[in-house]
Amino acid sequence: MTATLAVFEYHLVGYRRTWRGSVFGSFLLPLLTMLGFGVGVGAYIAGGVGGVSYLDYVVPGLLASTVVQVTMFETTWPVLGNFEWHKIYFGQAAAPLRAADILGGHLVFVLFRAVLCAAPFLLIATLFGAVHSWWALATLPVVALLAFAVAAPTIAYSATVRSDSYLALLFRFAVLPMSLFAGVFFPVESMPVGLRWVAYATPLWHGVDLCRAATLGVAPQWSGWGHVGYLALWAAAGWWLARRRFQTRLFH
Amino acid sequence: MTEGRPLIEATGLVKRFGSFTAVDGIDLSVRAGEAFGFLGPNGAGKSSTMRMIGCVSPVTAGELRILGLDPARDGPAIRARLGVCPQSDNLDPELTVAENLTTYARFFGIPRKVARARAAELLDFVQLGERAGSKVEPLSGGMKRRLTIARALINEPEVVLLDEPTTGLDPQARHLVWERLFRLKQRGVTLVLTTHYMDEAEQLCDRLVVMDAGRIVAEGSPRDLIARHSTREVVELRFLAESQEVFVDKLAGIGSRVEALPDRVLLYVDDGDAAVATVHDRALSPASVLVRRSSLEDVFLHLTGRTLVD
Repeated sequence: MTATLAVFEYHLVGYRRTWRGSVFGSFLLPLLTMLGFGVGVGAYIAGGVGGVSYLDYVVPGLLASTVVQVTMFETTWPVLGNFEWHKIYFGQAAAPLRAADILGGHLVFVLFRAVLCAAPFLLIATLFGAVHSWWALATLPVVALLAFAVAAPTIAYSATVRSDSYLALLFRFAVLPMSLFAGVFFPVESMPVGLRWVAYATPLWHGVDLCRAATLGVAPQWSGWGHVGYLALWAAAGWWLARRRFQTRLFH
Repeated sequence: MTEGRPLIEATGLVKRFGSFTAVDGIDLSVRAGEAFGFLGPNGAGKSSTMRMIGCVSPVTAGELRILGLDPARDGPAIRARLGVCPQSDNLDPELTVAENLTTYARFFGIPRKVARARAAELLDFVQLGERAGSKVEPLSGGMKRRLTIARALINEPEVVLLDEPTTGLDPQARHLVWERLFRLKQRGVTLVLTTHYMDEAEQLCDRLVVMDAGRIVAEGSPRDLIARHSTREVVELRFLAESQEVFVDKLAGIGSRVEALPDRVLLYVDDGDAAVATVHDRALSPASVLVRRSSLEDVFLHLTGRTLVD
């Protein structure tokens, strides 16, 4: 545990150099999103979605999808770079750390970043009147779990490929379609049945449904614990794969 | 420490990657306070051996004990007492020089305050004290190397492993690194290093093994090895000809051995000047003549028929 925290601390020291820019971005991005989608697009969608205004509908979805994007950025190039370019992980492996500490410390940092970008988003959404319940605070642990569910398998992938052209593929064929079809901008039910199941399979949809229930103060579309369990499954499987990859690459 | 017991002890040590055998059954023992070297060309198995000693590469077969412990079971516990300077620097270019040391210290559970004090002390030792606050990225290769060495010392290790410590450095930077390593050696730190530079091995190592194709082909102090496997002096002759081979016969009998390399012929002799006179007596006129002392390079050439650096 202390070993994992020492690795987390290392990532924090690096983050200290860039945090100003990243915090600024964390406020600016939701602000622009709120104005563009909520106020701009929302003006064309009279009657909103399922009885709530479009701004209220889209905000929790965007919160979850922004977290997923930040998580994906933090777990692709940085992970590949730590193996292939600066070889930071190999330096860590020479210290008394285990594969799980090196992986865990980086992962904790990614979750920290995810929550750090969700909090200002939530604050600005509240100022725009898009948050309707104290349950909204529950989105913070929810996005942490969502980030875990996405980060772990992505780290496993980034620890497997040897060139960053494979990372771009991931954004084109996983992140983009997921952001468009996993219930962020419109209900999954408005798609054909086949596509719906693809949406249900993504971790993002489960995160979106939980976040939406929380900010609107309503029950989720699907079982809340079911969502948590499904995300935990992604997280656990991803962790197992990533840990194996770290073990083989660092201690072979 | 257990008095007299070797810090590192290997018997029949083997490392295989799939069907490729990188280390093919080597025996060695490193005692406290000595500077021990692995000399050999690229691909001889030096780095694979170092990685096993560094407990980041499982042993395929044979036995390895480091500080009396088994790397398969006690990897992290052993690594906590080792200092590792890898072949290619893996510093964080985004962090400052000092942060690279203090963050690394935390991996060993060293308290922040102690880490800061040690970092300052080590930066002075490697002559980077004035760069403590600057980023790593713009540092020269030699400075990065010295910083990596400082990082390897942050936990006050009992053994320091240095994998090709000066490869890729210019001569001046190399001498600065050697001088620092020599200083460490004087303090009684046990050094284990790999190199394919014979001058490095001669400068730093009390004892070394010559490796080739995963095996140890000779062992001893640099002076021993030269005495055992080479002559006192070497005459290097360059002939203006397509092939140097043809001169081997013409030089036969001068000294104890004649070796033809692509660009020169080496005569192994006890008295270089006398040998040169004999060469001229035979009416041979090389374009250049150089008489020098035997080196580890000659030992390697004799043992393997190949040069260290090609």
